[in-house]
Amino acid sequence: MTAHFVGAYEAFAANGASGAPPWLREMREHAITRFAAVGFPTTRLEEWRFTNVQPISETPFELQRATWEVDPVPAGVTVSTIAAAVRAAPEFLQAHLGKYASVETSPFTALATAFLADGMVIRVAARATVAEPIRLRCRIPRGSHPMIHPRLLIVVEREARAHVVEAYEGDAGGDSLTNSVTEVVVAEGARLDLCREQREGTRSSHVAASHFHQARDSRLVFTTVALGAGLVRHDIHGVLDGAGAYLILNGLSVLNGHQHVDHHTTIDHARPHCESHEYFNGVFDGESRGVFNGRIIVRPGAQRTDSKQTNNNLLLSASARADSQPQLEIYADDVKCTHGSTVGPLDPTALFYLRSRGLGGEEARGLLTYGFGAEILDRIEVPGARERLDGEIRARLGVSDMSRTVA
Amino acid sequence: MTRTPDARSLTPPLLEIHDLHATVEGNEILKGVDLVVRPGEVHAIMGPNGSGKSTLAQLLAGHPAYAVTSGSVRFDGKDLLELDPEERAREGLFLAFQYPVAIRGITNSYFLRSAVNAIRKHRGLPELDPLDFLQVLEDKLKAIGWDDSFMNRAVNEGFSGGEKKRNEILQLAVLEPRLAVLDETDSGLDIDAMKTVAAAVNALRSKDRSFVVVTHYQRLLNYIVPDFVHVLADGRIVRSGGKELALTLEEKGYAGAGVTA
Repeated sequence: MTAHFVGAYEAFAANGASGAPPWLREMREHAITRFAAVGFPTTRLEEWRFTNVQPISETPFELQRATWEVDPVPAGVTVSTIAAAVRAAPEFLQAHLGKYASVETSPFTALATAFLADGMVIRVAARATVAEPIRLRCRIPRGSHPMIHPRLLIVVEREARAHVVEAYEGDAGGDSLTNSVTEVVVAEGARLDLCREQREGTRSSHVAASHFHQARDSRLVFTTVALGAGLVRHDIHGVLDGAGAYLILNGLSVLNGHQHVDHHTTIDHARPHCESHEYFNGVFDGESRGVFNGRIIVRPGAQRTDSKQTNNNLLLSASARADSQPQLEIYADDVKCTHGSTVGPLDPTALFYLRSRGLGGEEARGLLTYGFGAEILDRIEVPGARERLDGEIRARLGVSDMSRTVA
Repeated sequence: MTRTPDARSLTPPLLEIHDLHATVEGNEILKGVDLVVRPGEVHAIMGPNGSGKSTLAQLLAGHPAYAVTSGSVRFDGKDLLELDPEERAREGLFLAFQYPVAIRGITNSYFLRSAVNAIRKHRGLPELDPLDFLQVLEDKLKAIGWDDSFMNRAVNEGFSGGEKKRNEILQLAVLEPRLAVLDETDSGLDIDAMKTVAAAVNALRSKDRSFVVVTHYQRLLNYIVPDFVHVLADGRIVRSGGKELALTLEEKGYAGAGVTA
C-alpha cells in the first residue's frame, strides 16, 4: 500500500512543507521517488527475513507532528529544531543532513527523509566539554493511527565531549508508527556517549535507523534499550572512517507478550587501527521474539582492526524465540575479529549455584534474569541514564531494589 | 584436633549419612555411603576418578541432577534430603563448587550481600544495608588476608581458575556455615594458589565448624590437615583412618592400597 504513503507525502509537500529551501525540497522529492520505486520491504528480502512489516504497509497512518521535549540545555552546546537550523545554519545542515542515512539503504529511511521536518539538531562546538547530559524526548501523539518521522542530527566537533539521551515514548492508544532517523558525526578526537531509550505502547510500530560517522581518534559509546512497542526494527550503522576510532555498541531488549524486536547492526571498519565492541543482550518472555543480525565489514587496508561481537539471549518462556546471526566480511589480513552468541533458558547450574548460597528459587531466577540487563546497563556512560533504566528494568522483572554496588 | 573415638562419640553428629544410594540419569553412583561428621571435625574424602566423590558433595548441597534411591542424611538432626538447596544453605551447609559458575551482570558484592541477607532473614536477624555489609566484608577479608579487588566484578565472570576458587572460600568466610563441603578446591591450582586457599580455610576452622574436603590428591592435605581420611571407591567408603591414610595412598596409589575403582 505504497500509494497511501505517497498520497500523504503529496499533501505534506503542498502544505506545511512548502516553505523549505530548494535543497531540502529536492532531498524530500528524491526520497519519495525512491520510496515509491522500492515500496515496503517484504520477508522475501534477506535483510527483512524475520520481520514482517506488512501490517505497517496496510495501516492508513496519518502524518502527525513529532513533539520533542528538551531538558534545559547545558552550556557549550546548541540544540535547535531543524526548522530553525534551516534558517540559522543552512550550510552546516546541508553538509550533514542525509549524508550518512542514505535513502538508498532502506525504504523506511527514504520515507522518513521524504517527510523530513520534525527534527532536532545538536551541535557541540569544537573542544567544548559538556558534562551534563543533553536529553531529548520524542513523544508519539495520541490519536487515530498517528505516524511520526522524528529526525535527529548530532554533530560533536573536533575534540569536544558530550553525553546525549534520545528517548522515544508515549502511547497513541492504538496503532501508531514511529519512523526515526538519527545521524551522528563524531569528529576527530571527539567523544560522545549516546543512550537511546524506547518505551512506546505495545500497539506501536517503531522503525529506527541510527547512522554513526566517526573520524580519526574519535570515541562513541552507544547504548540502545528497547522496552516498548509491539514491533521494533532498528538498523544501526557505524562507519569507522579514521584511524584509531573506537566504537562500542550496547543493546538491551526486555520484551513480553507478542513484542518483536529486530536489531540489524553494521560496523564498517573503513580505516586501520580501529576498535569496535558490540554487546547485545535480550530477555524474552511470553511469545516475544528477538532478532539480532550483526554484520562487521573490514575493508581492504583496514589492518589492525580489533572487533568483538557478543549476543546473549535469554528465553523465559517456551514460546519465546530468538535468532542470532553474525556476518563477518573481512578483506584485510591482519585483523582480530571475534563473535559469539547464546540462546536459551536460564542456566540450571547457575540457578543451583545461587540457591546453594541461600537465595530462594524466585529470587535466584530474578537475579539471573536481571543480570542479563545489568550487564548492558553497566556499560552506559551517560550520567543518570543507567540508574533510571536500572529502576525500570527491575520493576519489569520484579527484582527488589537493593543497591547493586558496595556504597 | 584429632580426638579419640571415645571422646568423639559423646558429641552429637552434625552430619550423619546412613547407607546412602543415589543415581544420576538412572545410573547408580553412590552404593551405600556411611559417614558421621561431628562439630569441629575435618574429614577428607579421597578416591579415584569416577568413585562418586563429587556426586556426594553436590548431593549434600541439593543438586537436582542426583536422585536418592535409599538411605538417609541427617544434618543437625534434621532430614537434609527433605530440604531445598536454599534451605540447606540457610541451615548452615555450604558447598565450595569444583566449577564455580559465572553470573553475568551481578557483582560479587551484590551477590554476597543477597546471600548473607537470605541467611540472616532465616535466622531472624535484620538484613544488612550496603554499609554494614561492607564492614562485615572488610573484616572477613582481613581475617583471611585478602583484598577486595574482585568485589565489584561480575561473579566469577572472566575470573582465573585461582580467583574462582578464592571466591568460593570468600563466600564460605562471609556465609559462616556450620558445615563446609569443599569439592576438589585444589583442582587447577598451582602450588602457591593452593597454599593461599588452604591458609584461608585453616583460618576458618573452629570447634563449631566442620569440613568435608573432597580431593583426588593428597597434596592439599599437607596444608589442610584432616582429622579423618576416607577412601571412596565405586560408590562406597572402603577405608577410613587418620591423616596418615592419605600418605599411604600417596605412596602406593589407590590400587597399591587395595582400592579398585
